Amino acid sequence: MRGLAQLYAQQFKTTFAAMVQYRASLVIWMIAQVLEPLVYLIVWSTVASGSGGSVGDYTTRAFAGYFILLLLVNHVSYTWIMYEYEYRIREGLLSFALLKPVHPIHADIAENLSSKGITTPFMLVVAGGLALIFQPLITPAPWALLASVPVLALAFLVRFLLEWALAQVAFWTTRVSATNQAYFVLVLFLSGQIAPLTLFPWPIQAVAAVLPFRWLIGFPVELLLGRLTPAQALTGLGAQAVWLVISLALVRWVWRAGVRIYSAVGA
Amino acid sequence: MSYLRLLGAFFRVSVLSELAYRVNFFVQLFQSLLELATAIAGLAVIFTYTNTLGGWRPDEVLALVGVYFLVGGLIGLVIQPGMAQLIDSVRDGTLDFTLTKPEDAQLLVSVGHVEIWKLIDIVLGASVLASALLRLGERVGWSQAALFGAMLLAGGAIIYSFWLMLATLSFWFVRVENILEIFRSMYEAGRWPVSLYPGWLRFALTFVVPVAFATTVPAEALTGRLSSQTLLGAALLAVALLVVSRLFWRVGLRQYSGTSA
Repeated sequence: MRGLAQLYAQQFKTTFAAMVQYRASLVIWMIAQVLEPLVYLIVWSTVASGSGGSVGDYTTRAFAGYFILLLLVNHVSYTWIMYEYEYRIREGLLSFALLKPVHPIHADIAENLSSKGITTPFMLVVAGGLALIFQPLITPAPWALLASVPVLALAFLVRFLLEWALAQVAFWTTRVSATNQAYFVLVLFLSGQIAPLTLFPWPIQAVAAVLPFRWLIGFPVELLLGRLTPAQALTGLGAQAVWLVISLALVRWVWRAGVRIYSAVGA
Repeated sequence: MSYLRLLGAFFRVSVLSELAYRVNFFVQLFQSLLELATAIAGLAVIFTYTNTLGGWRPDEVLALVGVYFLVGGLIGLVIQPGMAQLIDSVRDGTLDFTLTKPEDAQLLVSVGHVEIWKLIDIVLGASVLASALLRLGERVGWSQAALFGAMLLAGGAIIYSFWLMLATLSFWFVRVENILEIFRSMYEAGRWPVSLYPGWLRFALTFVVPVAFATTVPAEALTGRLSSQTLLGAALLAVALLVVSRLFWRVGLRQYSGTSA
């Protein structure tokens, strides 16, 4: 356990040093992250103000709240591990990770957490700026704020595990861009990134309910927005717990099968 | 004329070298179809709740999506690969080889690299545009079509000059790929009419990163919304930027010192 703590601390220092070096990349990354929710915020606000101030049970200001929170929730759980892995396997860099005495996922989690630690203040400033412009309506009860702590932690962990497992596809094929894009489309529609899921027709809502993405992104947003009852919040937490178990099993299984067929470049 | 012949030659070389990797065709086709389906499904969700988006009817927004893919395909086909290659060759000094050739160097770097599978985006974009036009029917006449062609040309010239100027910056600063990334992510905002956006964002998408001229303005021409100021402005800006980027390129080239110099 102490070994792991040291690993995380060291990874934080390394990541911090690397990110200070690549300040420009940080700005670019922020623009890309902010633009998509911002565009949908504007589109839905336009639709709402064009049809008497609301769409379904979302007013213009509720949409603003939804997409600003979406920006923050997505930032918490966002990973880039799929691109990273493709590169590692193609270049044979994974061989070094295999030599280390701990499971390589720890270094990846530590890297993700530490870079989030650095980018979160910037993201909060951007969200604050957007809040000044768009006047969002965000009304969570105190219990919902409290519940959002485990909900966000689980959202981060489950999404990380799932995408880490998906990243292992690179063991089998080097053309991962196609599988990645297919995955992103699924996430886009079924997690609530295009619109709150309650605005979708019921078959899509039903599909979204049995898949993990809604529970990792849309559910925390709705919770923080103050739209869920305690019972709904408990259901969501339950779904997250189920997906935690499934994704842990998936990571274990895919990693074992993948490493077996890995042959490094030059080996 | 020799320009077109050169472009043809580079195109043929790209085709020949890419034909060795035919699976890439299917990968690109899959990804482009997926992206298009996403865009259209997104519109479908939005238009279940409204009939117009900022004054644009569904078929008109669909036409805009067609233009977005068409222009995005053009950028990906020739502008982006050429400019990315230029930045690389300034860094590692291989621009020397281009400069020794008898043709104009700006022309060579601009059309010298073609990403042929991006033709898929162009074909898909054109088909979406065509089907949107069929549904719009008689509201689009010949004059609109001519204006559309002109604005597409102007938009292409503006985007090309913009990229060339950014890539030319690499003569002074070595790492400019990052700036090109900004364009890539901001281009996504061009899938919607820029009139939707609040003033500051509209300004940024028009004058800081000229996405609006590439997508919204041609689509405006097609749907008969183009004001004469926009028309004139786009045409003037296109000519001005072509000249300025040419001058800037020459200044930059003087700055270039080669590999071992």
